[in-house]
Amino acid sequence: MMTDLLTQELGMNALLADVQRIPAFNSMFRLQWEKAQDSYVLLYPEGMIKLNPSAGEILARVDGQQSQAAITAALQQAFPDAGSLACDVHEFMEVACEQNWIRFI
Amino acid sequence: MSRTGFDSSSLAPVCEPDVAPRPAGQPLWLLAELTYKCPLQCPYCSNPLDFSSSGQELNTGQWVKVLREARDMGAAQLGFSGGEPLSRPDLNELIQEARHLGYYSNLITSGIGLNERKLEQFRASGLDHIQVSFQASDEAVNNMLAGSAKAFEQKLKMARAVKASGYPMVLNFVTHRHNIDRIDRIIELCVELGADYVELATCQYYGWAFENREQLMPSRAQLERAERITNEYRAKLEAAGNPIKLIFVTPDYYEERPKGCMNGWGQIFLTVTPDGTALPCHSARQLPVQFPNVKDRSLEDIWYRSFGFNKYRGDDWMKEPCRSCDEKARDFGGCRCQAYMLTGDAANADPVCSKSQHHHKVVQARSEAEAPAVAPMTFRNERNSRVFCRSD
Repeated sequence: MMTDLLTQELGMNALLADVQRIPAFNSMFRLQWEKAQDSYVLLYPEGMIKLNPSAGEILARVDGQQSQAAITAALQQAFPDAGSLACDVHEFMEVACEQNWIRFI
Repeated sequence: MSRTGFDSSSLAPVCEPDVAPRPAGQPLWLLAELTYKCPLQCPYCSNPLDFSSSGQELNTGQWVKVLREARDMGAAQLGFSGGEPLSRPDLNELIQEARHLGYYSNLITSGIGLNERKLEQFRASGLDHIQVSFQASDEAVNNMLAGSAKAFEQKLKMARAVKASGYPMVLNFVTHRHNIDRIDRIIELCVELGADYVELATCQYYGWAFENREQLMPSRAQLERAERITNEYRAKLEAAGNPIKLIFVTPDYYEERPKGCMNGWGQIFLTVTPDGTALPCHSARQLPVQFPNVKDRSLEDIWYRSFGFNKYRGDDWMKEPCRSCDEKARDFGGCRCQAYMLTGDAANADPVCSKSQHHHKVVQARSEAEAPAVAPMTFRNERNSRVFCRSD
């Protein structure tokens, strides 16, 4: 029980430290709304990744200027019924970074 | 009268009588082969042997129409290829149009004819990516294979310039028995050049490469060694935090099951050749199938209703062993061109498959690769191409 609480607390601290970072696309990737797919897609050399709606909404706000916190706030405003999005956004940013789609500047 | 015998102004679904329209995906990938002109003479070129007899090249307006129509149908990736696409004077105009339409555009080039000024111009026009192809890591072998004395130096210079301009860089090395033993040097060169992706693609035996197969195909031992070394480099580079991706493509001649060629006939891939012939893959022109031309019909009509694009869609054209095979949904019976080249019938199973009664031809090619006869390679050039035109 104690361990769980500690882990959670550490997780939250890490999150607080990370929200000020600013994500930007790596030069290999281009995000675009694709009518034919009815979704956002990531285009890269000779390939395309079709994004699910939440991934698309998050990445659509990545412009190399807004911080993760600002993006989260914008999403909360756009989707007021969605509940707290901070953890989801954070988790997705980590994945996107791991995939090399974005980096933090 | 158009060459396909249709009136393209008709909106009614039309199809030659023996093939009904079959389910098709969206043409996500458009390969625009702008020209067959090329300053190099690579003996594994995928262009047709008789390219010199091809009709007049499409003009700028006709290409713009192709780009627009394909984009409307969902195409997102666009490859400018050839021949050498840089030899088209309207390339920059087409790049601008591609960006305007929302394509991710890829320039697939030998780097010959490229310079810093053009790189800047293309960048400003919205070109997304440049793939530079190399023949070998070694100057002498590269130039021998390219049939040009200065090719290697120019390629290195351009690869550096591409990187410096901020483009993502994919380097493509076509490997074969003459360069595959230097795969370590090839990988090191790519790392040094700062490539994002490296395609170490063993020759596929189509077009000129099929003519030169015996001189190109690596032995099994060569291939296994190269794959092992590539894996060692992958581990080493990853441990060093280098994000470079090494993609190793083995020749299907060493497989027992065929590749799911083009993700299925007429499913996601559309090639338009220099004279406007539309194909479901870039080597399909050699098949005894009538293919439509963009000068006569809209791309939508071509993709969904033409005889050529419907011919091998789905699976009811299949023969045994494919017809009753439980893997047919995965590999679609393999490659129609390979089936045609090796068995004379494009509806047969790709003989790479060990279930094919023609599989021994692939096995035979493997044993030839163990001790290839010494013979000169046939280089891809106008003069040699005219020989193939005459022999037809």
